[in-house]
Amino acid sequence: MIHFILLFSRQGKLRLQKWYTTLPDKEKKKIIREIVQIILSRNQKTSSFVDWKDLKLVYKRYASLYFCCAIEDQDNELLTLEVVHRYVELLDRYFGNVCELDIIFNFEKAYFILDEFIIGGEVQETSKRSAVKAIEDSDMLQETVEEYMNKPAF
Amino acid sequence: MKGKSKEAEIKRINKELANIRSKFKGDKALDGYSKKKYVCKLLFIFLLGHDIDFGHMEAVNLLSSNRYTEKQIGYLFISVLVNSNSELIRLINNAIKNDLASRNPTFMGLALHCIANVGSREMAEAFAGEIPKILVAGDTMDSVKQSAALCLLRLYRTSPDLVPMGDWTSRVVHLLNDQHLGVVTAATSLITTLAQKNPEEFKTSVSLAVSRLSRIVTSASTDLQDYTYYFVPAPWLSVKLLRLLQCYPPPEDPAVRGRLTECLETILNKAQEPPKSKKVQHSNAKNAVLFEAISLIIHHDSEPNLLVRACNQLGQFLQHRETNLRYLALESMCTLASSEFSHEAVKTHIETVINALKTERDVSVRQRAVDLLYAMCDRSNAQQIVAEMLNYLETADYSIREEIVLKVAILAEKYAVDYTWYVDTILNLIRIAGDYVSEEVWYRVIQIVINRDDVQGYAAKTVFEALQAPACHENLVKVGGYILGEFGNLIAGDPRSSPLIQFNLLHSKFHLCSVPTRALLLSTYIKFVNLFPEIKTTIQDVLRSDSQLKNADVELQQRAVEYLRLSTIASTDILATVLEEMPPFPERESSILAKLKKKKGPGTVTDLEEIKKERSSDMNGSAEPASVNASAVSTPSPSADLLGLGAAPLANSAPPPSSSGSLLVDVFSDSPSAVAPLAPGSDDNFASPDLASSEVVSEEPADTVHDADELFHKFVCKNNGVLFENQLLQIGLKSEFRQNLGRMFIFYGNKTSTQFLNFTPTVICSDDLQSSLNLQTKPVDPTVDGGAQVQQVVNIECVSDFMEAPILNIQFRYGGTFQNLSVKLPITLNKFFQPTEMSSQDFFQRWKQLSNPKQEVQNIFKAKHPMDAEITKAKIIGFGSALLEEVDPNPANFVGAGIIHTKTTQIGCLLRLEPNLQAQMYRLTLRTSKEAVSQRLCELLSEQF
Repeated sequence: MIHFILLFSRQGKLRLQKWYTTLPDKEKKKIIREIVQIILSRNQKTSSFVDWKDLKLVYKRYASLYFCCAIEDQDNELLTLEVVHRYVELLDRYFGNVCELDIIFNFEKAYFILDEFIIGGEVQETSKRSAVKAIEDSDMLQETVEEYMNKPAF
Repeated sequence: MKGKSKEAEIKRINKELANIRSKFKGDKALDGYSKKKYVCKLLFIFLLGHDIDFGHMEAVNLLSSNRYTEKQIGYLFISVLVNSNSELIRLINNAIKNDLASRNPTFMGLALHCIANVGSREMAEAFAGEIPKILVAGDTMDSVKQSAALCLLRLYRTSPDLVPMGDWTSRVVHLLNDQHLGVVTAATSLITTLAQKNPEEFKTSVSLAVSRLSRIVTSASTDLQDYTYYFVPAPWLSVKLLRLLQCYPPPEDPAVRGRLTECLETILNKAQEPPKSKKVQHSNAKNAVLFEAISLIIHHDSEPNLLVRACNQLGQFLQHRETNLRYLALESMCTLASSEFSHEAVKTHIETVINALKTERDVSVRQRAVDLLYAMCDRSNAQQIVAEMLNYLETADYSIREEIVLKVAILAEKYAVDYTWYVDTILNLIRIAGDYVSEEVWYRVIQIVINRDDVQGYAAKTVFEALQAPACHENLVKVGGYILGEFGNLIAGDPRSSPLIQFNLLHSKFHLCSVPTRALLLSTYIKFVNLFPEIKTTIQDVLRSDSQLKNADVELQQRAVEYLRLSTIASTDILATVLEEMPPFPERESSILAKLKKKKGPGTVTDLEEIKKERSSDMNGSAEPASVNASAVSTPSPSADLLGLGAAPLANSAPPPSSSGSLLVDVFSDSPSAVAPLAPGSDDNFASPDLASSEVVSEEPADTVHDADELFHKFVCKNNGVLFENQLLQIGLKSEFRQNLGRMFIFYGNKTSTQFLNFTPTVICSDDLQSSLNLQTKPVDPTVDGGAQVQQVVNIECVSDFMEAPILNIQFRYGGTFQNLSVKLPITLNKFFQPTEMSSQDFFQRWKQLSNPKQEVQNIFKAKHPMDAEITKAKIIGFGSALLEEVDPNPANFVGAGIIHTKTTQIGCLLRLEPNLQAQMYRLTLRTSKEAVSQRLCELLSEQF
């Protein structure tokens, strides 16, 4: 199973964190710091896999964002890369040409899409159509006036 | 607007938080939309890395909103900012319950996601009963089924005891046949995890998984529509099905088995077809399935044809331009190397792997190459592999040096035919990577040199030469000091390494060394006093100097004072006895191996080791009496430190091994010829004499039972090894047990060159024991030639449970004297254990059933060995019970279950071991249906930790 998924920028800014095991906040922060540092310090030509404690990190960079999954030893590394890719495709399909800013300002959507795709660290639905449809359906349920204009901008 | 700096950001956020707080506290009730907006803002702030300590109540309010987005944000907040406030939990659970009952698939989905995201025990308590019903109900929507399956899986992982098994389990298996591939995908994960814990119950999943897999593998790339990923049909589902099949042995039904083999062949064939797309997604997905298929082939380890094909396929990947594929091929080949069918095929890739070690730019890939070299090593290529690893070590990344050192040390020892090679290798290790050579490694080289007299002279000469280097590593000084102290006399004949030169060489390093090394060197000096009387005064002068006698370090000062005194007052004879050469070390598993296992965790290393051990009898294995001279040493030796594994020194009059110092004192207080109180040694006690080793076999017909309890206890958790050894005789054991029957092979090795006459071993059972243990032995040939070995078979039947152990008495004539000795034969009640796997629920149910105070025996005791979880697990399994994982709510505890088989009855046994690392204590609890059995098992097992 996937233990956690982290999205962070090349500058090391965390953009999304999803945990499938229960850990105290302090521990999570420590892990994030450690992993961001490990991944950012790796060269481009290296493999996409890093041993980390008794888990394995599988990561890939898309434009300015790193996507990193921590999986167990017996999990399939190549397919985890495709989990990442499929997630990017889902985001892309929803946002239309997704970029880092989409994920920053519509973070809740990024979480909802992930939930449709993966639950409890296991892939739930691999069909692109079904997963995005679930989100789009829910958007239909939204109130007509949807303004996130007042969202804090940092 | 992007905040200019961290401070600006914090300022902005604090302002926003104050604003939200005032809105929440305001008199005016907020409408749903505003609540959602502010809760969403709080989430955003939290995810930026700031602490949020309010807003939970508002989020909970959103849960009961009828508006989807409000509910959705509420759930997201709850999932991300889990709160343990019990009032809140009650409200949250209530809202979830309503949504689960709403029959609105979107709401149900949200509720299930929330349960899975939080995944706490409280959630499991509230919903673990409900979700299976939703999962198998006929009218549940597919998307809800998918969420329910994985939600249940999450709860099962956190709290298996709270998920009730029942009717639903068989219906879950049939989800493998579901029309909807998404449902199958989700359900397969759940079934896999359940099957790992309850293989029997989910056995039917094998044939269903095979037929499903077969349909996917043979489908055209467009058949599965949306489930085809870059021209690969349902890769996720395929991989999950292949994973599920790895929970089971190869299918028994020939039809199913044939179909599966066809699938695997098809997958291997597809790998050779030209790619349908140039995209990396296509090749990744295709190869993901291929690697998983190879894992299954390796797991089954039964089809030589498939194994060799898998190996060839991986061989192609070793040279692939994609780093990821090279990495995975190396990793996968590592497990392939341990199969007897493919070991040779893996070996053919040695040059490629060595090349990878030299040229790969990624450290993780090089690490895999080291692992693979280690796995493919055997007697035929050990020299080459060790040489390459040593080469690599010079430039290896710091992060993996220690592991490489351990691996080299293990391989060098295991495959050493020529021990000069072994000594050279270890000294090279120290030279190249001295800082990474742990104690275990240099202790081990000393053990081996001491136990093998054919290499002692060479070792002395080699360390002497190595010490000539102007700057040498401190570990080399330690090894050099120890070895010259023992065997310096072997090279003293050469004027270039005369006693004085040896001494001056060592002493020139003295002042650069740390305190423990200096302490060791002082012991070397006193040993020199015995070996080389001609330099006694030089040494005494050194010991007498102010820098020694008035050294600020207590240990050094005391050693100097006492060694000086010893050298002055003791007669030559006493000196010779006290400072005699170290006796051989008892045989034991290499502590280096234990260290490596600990470093790598269980799994790969252990498995490979076990299999390799069987394949090639290493130097420690087998019962050849003369291979390594282990003798019944009664001297507490450095073994206390070297052990690590907990095999106690073979002692019959020895004080219990103490962890650190004061061994010398103990020896002397035990010995009739106590001379002068010697310094409490620190880690290196090699000045301790071999006083009692010659007393094991006395000239007089002795009739004492060699109640070497520690040795006896060593056999409680294992079946093979050396039971007894002295200068004349070695007794080895091999035994196997099945249910209430057993067979033991006893090997008697004559270590001398003289015949034993009238050799009569007898197995004696007390009256009590006779009624519960049936033993049959055949007499052996009364003459045992010098150097020969005879074998005796004991057939064993356990009639009812028993306490004592039978006694093996051996009488024979050697030279002119009559020898008589007795040892306890390690036939213990736990040998008749059959492990029983059970679920956590079953375990606790049975545990409760055995709650009569007479059925429970508990013992609290101090740890005698380092408290290592992996070793403990191995011991519990060796004890014979099943090791039940994830049964005890506290993961640090160990839980086991099994059945003792006797002819008359079967006795179910449950055990629980609770370590307390801080106090270095254990609490062991045994519950069985019979008081005496609980008692005996508790006694036996308590001695193991």
